[in-house]
Amino acid sequence: MSAELALSIDGRDIRVAPGTTLREACQLVGTEIPTLCFNPNFTAANACRLCVVELEGARTLVPACSRAVESGMRIQTASDRVRHSRRLVLELLGSSVDLSLAPDLGELLREYGGRPERFSEAGSATVEQPVKVDNELYVRDYSRCVLCYRCVQACGVEAQNTFAIWVSGRGFEARISTEYDAPLPDSACVYCGNCIEVCPTGALMFKSEFDLRAAGTWDEGRQSTTTTICSYCGVGCSLDLVVQDNQIVRVNSPEGNDITLGNLCIKGRFGHQFVSEPKRRERSS
Amino acid sequence: MDVKLSGATASDVERAAVATVLGPEPPQAGRVVRAGRAQREQRHLLLPALHALQDSVGWVSRGAVDHLAERLGVAPAEIYGVASFYHLLATEPQPALAVHVCDDVACRAAGAGALLGQLGEAVQRSACLGLCDRGSAALVRRSGPPGERIDVAVAPVTALQVAGFLGGEAPPELAAADIPPPQAGKPGLRLLRRAAGEVITTVDDYEAAGGLAALRRALEQGPDWVLAEVKAAALVGRGGAAFPTARKWEAVLRAPSRPHYAVCNADESETGTFKDRVLLERDAFAVLESLAIAGFATGSEHGFLYVRDEYPLARARLQAAIEALRQAGWLGAAVGGPGFAFDVELRRGAGAYICGEETALFNSIEGRRGEPRNKPPFPVESGLFGQPTAVNNVETLVAVLEALRVGGSASTKLFCVSGAVVRPGVYEVELGTTLQALIELAGGLQPGRRLQAVLLGGAAGSLVGPSRLDLELSFEAARAAGLSLGSGAVVVLDESLDLSEVVLRIARFFREESCGQCVPCRVGTVRQEEALRRLFSGRPLGSREDELVRLSDVAEVMRDASICGLGQTAAIAVQSALRGLS
Ligand SMILES: Cc1cc2nc3c(=O)[nH]c(=O)nc-3n(C[C@H](O)[C@H](O)[C@H](O)COP(=O)(O)O)c2cc1C
Ligand code: SF4
Ligand code: SF4
Ligand code: SF4
Ligand code: FES
Ligand code: FES
Repeated sequence: MSAELALSIDGRDIRVAPGTTLREACQLVGTEIPTLCFNPNFTAANACRLCVVELEGARTLVPACSRAVESGMRIQTASDRVRHSRRLVLELLGSSVDLSLAPDLGELLREYGGRPERFSEAGSATVEQPVKVDNELYVRDYSRCVLCYRCVQACGVEAQNTFAIWVSGRGFEARISTEYDAPLPDSACVYCGNCIEVCPTGALMFKSEFDLRAAGTWDEGRQSTTTTICSYCGVGCSLDLVVQDNQIVRVNSPEGNDITLGNLCIKGRFGHQFVSEPKRRERSS
Repeated sequence: MDVKLSGATASDVERAAVATVLGPEPPQAGRVVRAGRAQREQRHLLLPALHALQDSVGWVSRGAVDHLAERLGVAPAEIYGVASFYHLLATEPQPALAVHVCDDVACRAAGAGALLGQLGEAVQRSACLGLCDRGSAALVRRSGPPGERIDVAVAPVTALQVAGFLGGEAPPELAAADIPPPQAGKPGLRLLRRAAGEVITTVDDYEAAGGLAALRRALEQGPDWVLAEVKAAALVGRGGAAFPTARKWEAVLRAPSRPHYAVCNADESETGTFKDRVLLERDAFAVLESLAIAGFATGSEHGFLYVRDEYPLARARLQAAIEALRQAGWLGAAVGGPGFAFDVELRRGAGAYICGEETALFNSIEGRRGEPRNKPPFPVESGLFGQPTAVNNVETLVAVLEALRVGGSASTKLFCVSGAVVRPGVYEVELGTTLQALIELAGGLQPGRRLQAVLLGGAAGSLVGPSRLDLELSFEAARAAGLSLGSGAVVVLDESLDLSEVVLRIARFFREESCGQCVPCRVGTVRQEEALRRLFSGRPLGSREDELVRLSDVAEVMRDASICGLGQTAAIAVQSALRGLS
């Protein structure tokens, strides 16, 4: 096809359709590019810079998640420069954000030989702050926030169109926030939970999960996932129910579902208490 | 959008302030939902409306945000996100009177440290206010009803004066800060031709001084003639990136998508830079004439002039010039006769260096947080409101006028000389003049002082040592030396200064001015400043070498992986100093 674009990735020549991103092109040759802020269902936020690759002739590295392939590009995905930038992005995050519930990032830190602790001493700035527990459905622990913009996108024009949260402040002081940092019940939040779904670091967490973790009884080994259909309305969204000890501890929406694209509403996401009502259990048994 | 209003209500004063920007409230606002197109079309007035609130009540309250949300159809969370981005907008109640005192490199070299020490917490410390030739500098503001407002830059300023302002003494008039550049009266000036003379206030006087001839000629000859002349002048942008102006304009002119926009970048917030201020204050008509030419040559009907908010005198003179040009038919539906419609809107920044980055500037005009966009797409294809846009620096525009007036190459450039010289100020010299010659033109070092270093190009530039005095100030020679002329800032630092203080100040500048969008810059600028603090205080984490490795590691990721030029340049000056001055 003449409309195809030729490029080379780590010395391998391939052809791709116009509009393909570098990340997708890399996938085609079997090279996975690490990403953090990227979400396949959203416009690229381009914020984390974990996905950078080296483009021959360019002054700086380029983000593979969003950069479209141009004819004749020559790309290096694992050069020293690329690995350095990825390692530093991970180290900078690891030194300022609590990544303990982001196992993928821990994994990448090991892979890239990152040592975040080398940037930390008692006085080093971090984003540490108290957990926001202001409603019964989910908590916000911004000490774990890498500012990937995904929740803002999910709440806004990319999915929910509620616009309850936005980035406020600037620089290292930038935070995800409601207006004037109002508690969620005083904000426009409709508890769709779509932000929780996309959060890569556990900064946004079901209250049920948060409570179990606090009690020390959260145990992924004892959890199973059941896929079902939401019983509330005629849309019939798919649900992944995460169950521990016969209790639903979180409800996910399959990211790959091309109808719901990872989204639900408050009923599907949180309205599952009826499932464990004793009366209902009696009836269905 | 789901809206849950807080129950806080806007006061009558706040509503009136918003109405000065958005017009009178539609009947029964708050009950009838005004949505859709009409509302979205006012979206770009968010920042002006926030300014109106700040000016009249001194801060942006929650009730006011809810009111704006209703009027604009923008969520309160987003409006808060925008307001909290800018240093000159407050989201908590403030005293009506605020004095911002510059604590940046050039003013510190002029003794601002002692001044700030005396004033303590009573004033707000500010990055460079663009008055470096007369430091120390202060910006005095008071919110209130129009008659009681104050908005004036004062330089040089003393601690006693500032104490007086804080105690209720009236600061001097706006125009008191207006003095001609040191080369006034010298023959052969091109870019400073008018700026070095009497300030022109009427269209007639401007025409008598040769003004509007270039625009007339352009209208006669057509856009392609303008492009050819600008190309022949080999003019490259003076905003820092040195991009060929004709290429930019041609790309916009030929871009199929309509409308096109022409934007003048007058955000000048680079440390040690004040050349654009001098042009804006003393040659406002020329900036506007050239912007109209840019509009004509790029097929634009609408122009924006984005001025940093710390330049109240420039703003006043530009607004007056815009109105005069409209009156005289040189802006508006028929510029110089039927056939070309072009008007200009003046927009105020709100205290954010990053908004000088062209795509952050677009976002700021659109009423969004001033976060740069990823490039490509470049502005010539997708700029302001997603449309093809030509954005140019103030000096670039004035250089266009000279190119059209006399032809030939754009061979001179403005430099902002400040610090330990006898006659600080804006100087126009031939490109290729040596740094030494420029410093001598400014009277050389003050008696008894010895040169330690020059901050060339501002915070985003380099610190160069005395061995580089023979550097030719041209784009090519600078590039060959691994340097950049950047914004044209030349801050002369003498041996009495502690250079590590200068380096730390620059590091803090980037930490405070980072937009926070990307990890390399958001966290990197913080780690850079922390490491320098430890290093200079003799308490390194690990060994001194460990700190140097950490700093160069951070420098590399900021340069390589940051989204925009701020992060990409945030380590240059620091690294140049650590290497023992380039
Ligand atoms: C952090 C940052 C700040 C900038 N500030 C300014 C500025 O205040 N004025 C300006 O003209 N250009 C500034 N620029 C450069 C602009 O992005 C842009 O290149 C310039 O306005 C183009 O005009 P020119 O081609 O006439 O130079 C800045 C760039 C960066 C990265
Ligand atoms: S739960 Fe839904 S509405 Fe609430 S903040 Fe998250 S995405 Fe927005
Ligand atoms: S809360 Fe989660 S999704 Fe939102 S920006 Fe932070 S890390 Fe990303
Ligand atoms: S480099 Fe800095 S200023 Fe530029 S986008 Fe990234 S965080 Fe913002
Ligand atoms: S994944 Fe590409 S910038 Fe974050
Ligand atoms: S005004 Fe103080 S350094 Fe520029």
